[in-house]
Amino acid sequence: MSERIRLAQMRELPTLGLWVVICVVTGVAQPKFFSASVFHSILLWMPLLLVVAMGEMMVILTRGVDVSVGSMMGLAGMVVGIALRDHPGIGIYWATVLGMAVGAALGAVNGVLVAYGNVPAIVATLGTLGAYRGLVHIISRGVQVDEYNLPRELGRWSIDGPFGQTLVPWVVIFAVAAAVVTGLFLRFTRTGRDIYAVGGNREAARLRGIGVSRVTFLVYVLSGLGSGLAGVLYASRFGTINPAAIGSGFELIAISAVVVGGVSVFGGSGTVGGVVVGCVLLGTISTALTVLNVAEAWQGTMYGVVILVAVILDKWMGEELQLT
Amino acid sequence: MSETRSTSTRTVPRWAAAPEWMTAGLLVAVFGVSAVFVPRFLDAAYLFDRSSLYMEAGLMALGMTFVIVGGHIDLSCASMLALVGTVVATLHVKVGWPLLPLVFLAPLLGAMLGGINGIVVARLGLPSLVVTLATMALYRGLAQVLLGDHSLNLPSWFTGIERVTIAGTLVPVPMVLFLGMAVALGWVLHQTVFGTWLFAMGTNAEAAQYSGVPVERVTMSVFVISGVLSAMAAIIMISRLGVARYDHALGLELDVITAVVLGGVSIFGGRGTVAGTVLALFLIAVLQTGMGVANVKAEYQATASGALLILAVLMSNFSAKLRTWTQMR
Repeated sequence: MSERIRLAQMRELPTLGLWVVICVVTGVAQPKFFSASVFHSILLWMPLLLVVAMGEMMVILTRGVDVSVGSMMGLAGMVVGIALRDHPGIGIYWATVLGMAVGAALGAVNGVLVAYGNVPAIVATLGTLGAYRGLVHIISRGVQVDEYNLPRELGRWSIDGPFGQTLVPWVVIFAVAAAVVTGLFLRFTRTGRDIYAVGGNREAARLRGIGVSRVTFLVYVLSGLGSGLAGVLYASRFGTINPAAIGSGFELIAISAVVVGGVSVFGGSGTVGGVVVGCVLLGTISTALTVLNVAEAWQGTMYGVVILVAVILDKWMGEELQLT
Repeated sequence: MSETRSTSTRTVPRWAAAPEWMTAGLLVAVFGVSAVFVPRFLDAAYLFDRSSLYMEAGLMALGMTFVIVGGHIDLSCASMLALVGTVVATLHVKVGWPLLPLVFLAPLLGAMLGGINGIVVARLGLPSLVVTLATMALYRGLAQVLLGDHSLNLPSWFTGIERVTIAGTLVPVPMVLFLGMAVALGWVLHQTVFGTWLFAMGTNAEAAQYSGVPVERVTMSVFVISGVLSAMAAIIMISRLGVARYDHALGLELDVITAVVLGGVSIFGGRGTVAGTVLALFLIAVLQTGMGVANVKAEYQATASGALLILAVLMSNFSAKLRTWTQMR
């Protein structure tokens, strides 16, 4: 019995099942699906989403939501692009630090508004979604940063991997590292546990002596930090940084990945493993549609269906759990 | 946040403390600043012409007011607009159905799409944020499947509804439709039992359930209302642009939510007025028009609208704090 409860408590299980089904169906229909090149394209699809989803997940754990991630990613990526174009001397490592710092600063603005200004999370980040996107256009003067403006080494991150191989590029390693660090942080540090406590029951967390405002502020900073890193990875992956394109609409993919990964939008429950599975699932679907030669037009419909199926499965499993 | 909501205002009459007054004040201020500093701004024909662009968002904002007052959110409204527009255009251009009946059937389709949201939220008890996030992708995805990257042209007699004005005046038809719907829905929200139920449900759904409010039915209704208004907005948009495309109104749901929140509707549900939403919509229209005349680029305007939204909420929080502070003295 307890074994069964433990299984049902693993909220990532339905998503994992869904993923296996999709893999098997696609593999049967098109055996080429199980090849190194498909594996490679799934891997390359994920890094941006994974780092953004880590931050988004922590925000949703505290019962908030951050819809400004796409705009933060855009603004940080644009700052990095302009810095590398106008001052190539700073190098890609400092540029990465710059991108993350810009992201964290933008996230801090959200954090102050939500944690100390008492502005509801969706309202505050909806406002900064528009504000930051406008700033991307203002600082870039509407001009995109082109591939030849960026140092070649930045692009190599999306091609070369450690030990000279090309199957798993550096950007994937960075994203996985970010996920591992997030997982350890949430599992083993006091602040990490506080994030769950604040989302689970805000008032109880406050009475327990947890600095609720401080924790709330922190998750938005971390969300900005991840978005900033995603901005740098975007520059590496795509080469051109267009003010209207970079990160546009990304908030919805990120929230989808988090929700599909079994994180409760009511806060307090969800795991990094689940979100990773959610990202893998979305990446697999996107690649599977290409492999199966399904028109790209079906992508949106598929996302919608998958999110619905995932949350309904999750809800249903949760009710099963209560019955046992 | 609950502290600010439960603030009672005994020193000031209730209506004077309403956040709608701040929206109205901002509207007057923005209008005044634009009129003084922006030449050619005070041209009635131009103002009417420009503001008719905002009526699609306005209609959806009326529906969103109901949804948010009821304690939910509908992220799928702009996608419903796109899907209804493409379905109507496809049935007319590709299948050959007459356009006029289709125009009147469109709200029915909108009601169906909204009904799907409502059923999943009300029956399965799933959070509306997630459900409508999914249908937002789903509905726009279906529109894309239907039309791909193509656009369907509509007959010329049907296009240009925003240029048709009420005889002898400068008031364009979309604005009449918007204001008419605002009056009707304002009556429903503030004068009927349904409206009372909605406020009760938005304040505390469980308590409302125990007090005999048919929570499931009311939840369904607000999503259906949102779908119907999105469908009406779809007809206006495909008439105004002359074409139907799957990416019509992409991202407009954020502007719609901005208008509703700016109008003093509490994002937590249970408080808000139709009048506030209407004021906020005109505030956004005047602000963006003023900036447009002053040659501020459209992309920059997003910054101003975003800042405005945050500022409005911060100010209402601050004034609520100030009121409690003066009462404690």
